[in-house]
Amino acid sequence: MLELFVYGIVLGSIIALGAIGLTLVYGILRFANFAHGELMTAGAYVALFFVGTLLPRLGIPNDPLSPFSFGWRMVVAFPLAMAAVAAVAVLLDRVLYRKLRQKGSTAVMMAMSALGASLILRMIVLILWGGDYRSFFPGVLRPAVELPLGIKVRPDQILILAVATVLVVLLHLFLHHTKIGKAMRATADNMELARISGIRTERIIVWTWVIGGCLAAAGGVLYGIDVQIHPGMGWNFLLPLFAAAILGGIGKVYGALIGGLVIGVLQQLSTAWLLPTYKPAVAFIGMIVILLLRPQGIFGGKD
Amino acid sequence: MEWGGILAYLVSFAIMASIYAVFCLGLNVQWGYTGLFNIGIAGFFCLGAYTSALITTPKPTGVYAQYVKQLFGLGLPFPFGLLGAALICGLVAFLVGIPTLRLREDYLAIATIGIAETFRLIFNNEQWLANGPRGLMGLPQPLQGLVPPEYYNYLYLGIVFSVMWLIYLAIELAIRSPWGRVLKAIREDEISAAMSGKDVFRFKMQSLVLGSMIMGIGGALYAHYTKAISPDVFTPLYGTFIIWVMLMAGGSGNNRGAILGAFLVWGIWIGTKFLTDLLPYTMKARAPYIRFLIVGILLELILIYRPQGILGEEKRVSRFLED
Repeated sequence: MLELFVYGIVLGSIIALGAIGLTLVYGILRFANFAHGELMTAGAYVALFFVGTLLPRLGIPNDPLSPFSFGWRMVVAFPLAMAAVAAVAVLLDRVLYRKLRQKGSTAVMMAMSALGASLILRMIVLILWGGDYRSFFPGVLRPAVELPLGIKVRPDQILILAVATVLVVLLHLFLHHTKIGKAMRATADNMELARISGIRTERIIVWTWVIGGCLAAAGGVLYGIDVQIHPGMGWNFLLPLFAAAILGGIGKVYGALIGGLVIGVLQQLSTAWLLPTYKPAVAFIGMIVILLLRPQGIFGGKD
Repeated sequence: MEWGGILAYLVSFAIMASIYAVFCLGLNVQWGYTGLFNIGIAGFFCLGAYTSALITTPKPTGVYAQYVKQLFGLGLPFPFGLLGAALICGLVAFLVGIPTLRLREDYLAIATIGIAETFRLIFNNEQWLANGPRGLMGLPQPLQGLVPPEYYNYLYLGIVFSVMWLIYLAIELAIRSPWGRVLKAIREDEISAAMSGKDVFRFKMQSLVLGSMIMGIGGALYAHYTKAISPDVFTPLYGTFIIWVMLMAGGSGNNRGAILGAFLVWGIWIGTKFLTDLLPYTMKARAPYIRFLIVGILLELILIYRPQGILGEEKRVSRFLED
């Protein structure tokens, strides 16, 4: 049980990375980005391309950095995947959402466009890589170490938690101590007012996508390091992401962080009684309960 | 191909397109007239199909009972299947509506995705309910003995087409009534509608339930056409996404547009199959992905360049009004 709780924290930190990006986009662009899960998938597959195809050709060795299951290839691939997905997110905004913004389309139309974008991204992944489950490093042994209280974890999982923590701290510093971060928060509060104060909101929107894309990619790659990747993973993450974002209160970064951890723990604990395939349904039930009890989320005030 | 073959092909095309038209009509009630963003159509598709299957098939006995497990099997005639599918889907829509319809519009969308995923997972994993991933087979078809089997599809086309037509007439009637005008008022401006004394939540709920019942009927029509259903049919792609593209293409807020969109997009979907058949052999396995990619791009193009669809919304709200 305690072990499941720890696994839940690991899964929750991955969900949180996606949910923070989702909630940022929600807060600033004010639409539900149904393609956010697919940004995670894209991150995982870009990383797969680097560690499996490109970096081996460049002669970067594959020896695992003990005690982890991966080597220098992943260390190189990780930031590259983040950058690539940030570019994808900005590109989607350029060709789709910005056009709709300029036309004055409603939030629901934007959400529908995002749904279309999620399909397009998933199909591109399927066309390029096929529908199978893939591992970053097939055949590498991944032994677990035993922590106090008899909890078995893999070193990879501890690293996932560490990387996620570092990213969240970096985001905190960015939002509170840089000019762009402050402008982002102002835009999230009130876009009209921000624009009047001389903030170039279109630039803020680009930054939002860059950050959302980076965090989503990180979540996707970390998930791949933890288990395996497949083209449907982003879609399966969609319900947990929204559950986490709603639980934390739409637009609230730290709310999404807490929400992600709660949903992750909830999903893992449920496997004690339910089949693991029910995880998305567990997140869904959790979300419905939140909507019934406190629709503005734990940290949300009145909208 | 000889003429008989082409005709048979066209008939099966028309059956599927008409079934999809039923879904489009249901979605049009929700989205086109009320602005409810339901992206879990697959859930009602799935539920309608399974409900009708369980109602119309007899419970397996003897040797079959070892291979086919299902919660119950009533062995009732086809109309009861349609009715049961509609009722169950309406009930589920009601339950989904309670926590979501008072909140922001995208919460309904997320909740409907959740419902669709949950039903698919349940039907896939719970063997006792409806035979798990293997699904149910040998569903009865209405009026089966009436015509020779090779002509049966013509008869079924007639049935599907009549059901679609009845639903079309019913919605047209409802939408042109004062009730329909309230729905449109809610879609255009919820607060004004509420200020005019309309119970927005109640009208939204009625629209959600009605649309979902129609989707349930669509699911039942599908189940009795293919005679075999399994959970992997009701994916978000076949069950939700393509229906949205159909309605957006034809014109949301227009029932004729909904039907037109269903036939047109189903035609495009079938047409892309001929296109991907030209692909080299090694790419064949990935052809469906290319086809869905095309449909996805089609949706984005519609949203950006012609969001009102081909026909657009009919502006006239009542036959008593001049244009």
